[in-house]
Amino acid sequence: MIRPATPVALIAHVALRGMAGVAVLLAAVLTGVILGETPLPWATVWAALANNLWGAGLPVDPIDQGIIWSYRVPRTLVAAGCGAGLALAGVVLQALVRNALADPYLLGVSAGASTGAVAVTIMGVGAGAIGISGGAFLGAALAFGLVAALARAAGGGPAHMVLAGIAGSQLFNALTSFFIAKSANAEQARGIMFWLLGNLSGVRWPDVTLALPVAVLGFFACLWHARALDAFSFGSDAASSLGIAVRRVQIVLIGAVTLMTATMVSLVGSIGFVGLVIPHAARFLVGPRHGRLIPAAALAGAVFLIAADVVSRMLIPGQVVPIGVVTALVGAPGFALILVRGRVRG
Amino acid sequence: MRIRAEGLGWSARGRAIVEGITLEVASGETLGLIGPNGSGKSTLLKLFAGIAARARGSVSLDGTTLSGMSRRDIARRIAFVEQQAQTAEALSVRDAVELGRTPWLSPLAPFGAEDAAICQEALARVGMEAMANRSWTTLSGGERQRVHIARALAQRPQVMLLDEPTNHLDIHHQLSLLRLVSELPVTVVIALHDLNQALGCDRLAVMEGGRLAALGPPREVLTPERLARIFRVGARVLTDPADGATQFRFHCLEDQP
Repeated sequence: MIRPATPVALIAHVALRGMAGVAVLLAAVLTGVILGETPLPWATVWAALANNLWGAGLPVDPIDQGIIWSYRVPRTLVAAGCGAGLALAGVVLQALVRNALADPYLLGVSAGASTGAVAVTIMGVGAGAIGISGGAFLGAALAFGLVAALARAAGGGPAHMVLAGIAGSQLFNALTSFFIAKSANAEQARGIMFWLLGNLSGVRWPDVTLALPVAVLGFFACLWHARALDAFSFGSDAASSLGIAVRRVQIVLIGAVTLMTATMVSLVGSIGFVGLVIPHAARFLVGPRHGRLIPAAALAGAVFLIAADVVSRMLIPGQVVPIGVVTALVGAPGFALILVRGRVRG
Repeated sequence: MRIRAEGLGWSARGRAIVEGITLEVASGETLGLIGPNGSGKSTLLKLFAGIAARARGSVSLDGTTLSGMSRRDIARRIAFVEQQAQTAEALSVRDAVELGRTPWLSPLAPFGAEDAAICQEALARVGMEAMANRSWTTLSGGERQRVHIARALAQRPQVMLLDEPTNHLDIHHQLSLLRLVSELPVTVVIALHDLNQALGCDRLAVMEGGRLAALGPPREVLTPERLARIFRVGARVLTDPADGATQFRFHCLEDQP
């Protein structure tokens, strides 16, 4: 690996990479805003953005303006935040659990968040005091706690964590179905099932103000611990003997993962495979060191989910396919590839 | 750096694996840890490293107990080479050695030219510099062991704890590793299975059933009676006519010659 020799060169190197990443992200967001069910010309999109960002006062049809600014822009930004957040959650869980198959979906965190969100929405748990995101966070934290405790009781190895996660996912998915069957009317049930498969249709600006800060916060929390995550490569004993405060790092990072997963699930439902496949794709591109892997995975996750959202809107004309269906259609073959590669390497 | 254990103990599922270990290793000394399988050597090393949860007793470095130090401060002083630490990550040899710099770095003090030089030197000391870009997964057991040693050297520790480091190594690398360890100006605690190799240590601690059975210079500790009782082997001492050095020749107790 080529390294910059001086601190100044290092800062320049990091700044250049950072700007390149931001440029790619902006290009992806712009593409996500331009493409959609209703074809809109470039000039209209540009005028609508200019009007809203710096009051350019250009003439735009108010309906087009509404589609772009109130609908496509927040939707694309939330897709970017969710993609980045879920990919980061996958990177962190794979490093801490030391299992290539770990991700928020497989470890039951997403299922727990769904259960929490559903409990709040249709059963009125918390009497309006905690909100959907709060319910999702509590559900996710509870699920992860249970899964971790079960894995520990079973012997505590990386394989046990995944097995416990499968059990946890099944339990919380069953609870979600139970809550829906018990309390929801037919229309609610249909809406919730659609939401559970992942859906960005209902996303508006207030969701952006939740998704983006959480994604950015999670990103910096992970990046701050990049070296600690590297130290987990040889297990938590090795990390400890390399000077990592294992317990503290685990609590902070699992907290960040739970927060990111819960926020994203409460906004757009439970989207599978992003947390699993994107980290591996990013590893393939930039290697296993977390200093590079974390920015790469966050960027790849954001771009991937924007692309998946565009595809979900355009796949069947006049109908929106749940985004979870799109990510699974790409993710399942990706998952198969990981399994096969794992066998070759093992 | 002087390392002292006071009443060290550790239990798993209510059964004591290590019990009542009190000993001190002087600065620069090499202490060999020997004992049959399951006698508690690996656990004792983990206790020395301060990474075993729910440990009893205390470990101190030059009079300061580990429990009063941060993990980072401990890792700047103690390097620990576990037995068979593995990874599924596609790390290169250099990546693995650079992990040794972890306790010296922070997000605000990133890896620099000096760290790179320390890692390069560590790679050279174990003869792995030509393989620096090889992937971990392609290495043999012996090569992995040498990378772990290089990682520990890159930590620039004052105390090194090694758990059967000569496992998986061919005879050439066993001997060069033991020479490397004995030349290091640091305090060393090393678990060994080969009793002839253990003769090269300054002192030996003999473990039996989790307890310290004997402690002292190798030739005083490794008496034929003790070898028969603890290791269940017969032993005769042979002298090399070339330099007068002694070696054990072992045989099964059932086959008395």
